[in-house]
Amino acid sequence: MELTIFIIVAVLSVVSALGVIFNKNVVYSALFLLVNFLTIAVFYLMLNAQFLGMVQILVYAGAIVVLILFVVMLLGEQLGEDISSWVTPANGVIIVLALILLTIIGTAVTDYPTTGAKGDFTPELIQEYGQAEMIGVTLFTDYLLSVQLAGVLLLVGIVGVIWLARNDEQLPATGDVPTKEA
Amino acid sequence: MSQEIVQLLVDIVKLIIIASVIMGIFTFILLVERKLIGRFTRRYGPNRVGPFGLLQSIADAVKMMLKEEMVPGHVDKVIYVMAPGMALMTALSVFAVIPFARDTVVLPLESLIGFSVYLTPWVADINVGVLYLLAVGSLGSYGIILGGWSSNNKYSLLGALRTSAQMLSYELPLGVAVLSVVVMTGTLRVTEIVEWQTQFAGLAWIVFLQPVAFLIFFISALAEAGRAPFDLPETENELIGGFMTEYGALKFGLFQAAEFVHAMMFCTITVTVFLGGWNMPFLNEILNIMPTPIQALAPVLHLGIFIGKSLAVYCSLIWIRASVPRMRFDQLMAFCWKWLLPIALLNLFATVMGLAITAELLGLW
Repeated sequence: MELTIFIIVAVLSVVSALGVIFNKNVVYSALFLLVNFLTIAVFYLMLNAQFLGMVQILVYAGAIVVLILFVVMLLGEQLGEDISSWVTPANGVIIVLALILLTIIGTAVTDYPTTGAKGDFTPELIQEYGQAEMIGVTLFTDYLLSVQLAGVLLLVGIVGVIWLARNDEQLPATGDVPTKEA
Repeated sequence: MSQEIVQLLVDIVKLIIIASVIMGIFTFILLVERKLIGRFTRRYGPNRVGPFGLLQSIADAVKMMLKEEMVPGHVDKVIYVMAPGMALMTALSVFAVIPFARDTVVLPLESLIGFSVYLTPWVADINVGVLYLLAVGSLGSYGIILGGWSSNNKYSLLGALRTSAQMLSYELPLGVAVLSVVVMTGTLRVTEIVEWQTQFAGLAWIVFLQPVAFLIFFISALAEAGRAPFDLPETENELIGGFMTEYGALKFGLFQAAEFVHAMMFCTITVTVFLGGWNMPFLNEILNIMPTPIQALAPVLHLGIFIGKSLAVYCSLIWIRASVPRMRFDQLMAFCWKWLLPIALLNLFATVMGLAITAELLGLW
């Protein structure tokens, strides 16, 4: 049962990921990205990580893709170039480099398995205390420094955006508002 | 058939029943809205079809279905057809985690099929229910955005742009307001939030304890559902029909339904999270001293109370729609970012501090 669902969702996930890349229309790409995010949320749910799954939908599917669509609509969509034009020597080098990087990452992950949070987190315990509580306690005790660093990083991002969006140029004066002659 | 499969079938049947009942209530509520708006503006409202105009909605639905389904030539066909369905589907799926009553009804079918069938008054009781509400609610904007974009029409696109900006912005105060409730009740499970409100003889409604959060939630919910005075997505006096300009016949009807179901969904969330859900003050205490046959009627009573409360909240939406003029778009965004969000954050901070101080004083650390 679980394997069947996994295979269906996994195929959907890969197909939608390919759809993001190979679609010429940006809006369709964004929609495939939405499908991809939703399938990833299903993966989280199948791994018993309901909190992560819901946050995935809330943040990525609910906000990020809307933002992408917003920007696409604001700028006007342009059709991408043909796939045949992708075959260039530069892209070949990029593919080779990407494969090397993937190999290194894969080796690192398999050779040095990352350990999860410390403690005895059985599904029963999580069921009893609730997933959000467990994650919250872990984040704000063992991983407090990382959380605060992430917070500072986001704050820097916000400040940067405000700096970029700050409007230095004064709008040209429009003169007096024309009034109707009596 | 094993027990699991039967329970799964029961859940599916429940989903179908909930969806159809909600679509039924939608036709009724459409009539109520038109009648009330009529009364608010010193008119009679629809009163020609059937006694007191009761069949007006059915007549409208039949008219919608009989109209020609046409797709304009300049639209993006796939997304154009998909958008109304997406809008309605996301609005309907929220009802899966709403508890409509307290008690699980057990159908004693041991002699017949070998086990009892449990009828829970909710479809799913997941331990991150509140997050589910917010997550699925945040998907509600896709139908509108995609409908506006695929229409390939400047007015529709403007409506869609406004919607995406509006919904992204108002999600924040909405979420923070709900967060202060979550901090207070200490749970993300929707059923437990309702249980929490049955304390003190059912007087512990969160609206009394968190009035600021309630107001912020209610205002943001109005904006999220695109209701007046925040109905910027369609603004008929400047954008013709906004995102639904190019839609006709049943697809237009689906958009209308989605809008109303979205509003109804926020009404039920308001009732569940802030107004005590299926409970009334002293209801459980009175039920406890009643004889058993009356106690067995509790689920029906709870369901009735829940629907009644939701309708009352919906009527207040109609009242607001009839009384408050529409906001300008820049006012809308400034109101959200300069007022609602800071107040919501302050409220969250005050809640956390209050809880910490109480815990300190009572020695609960």
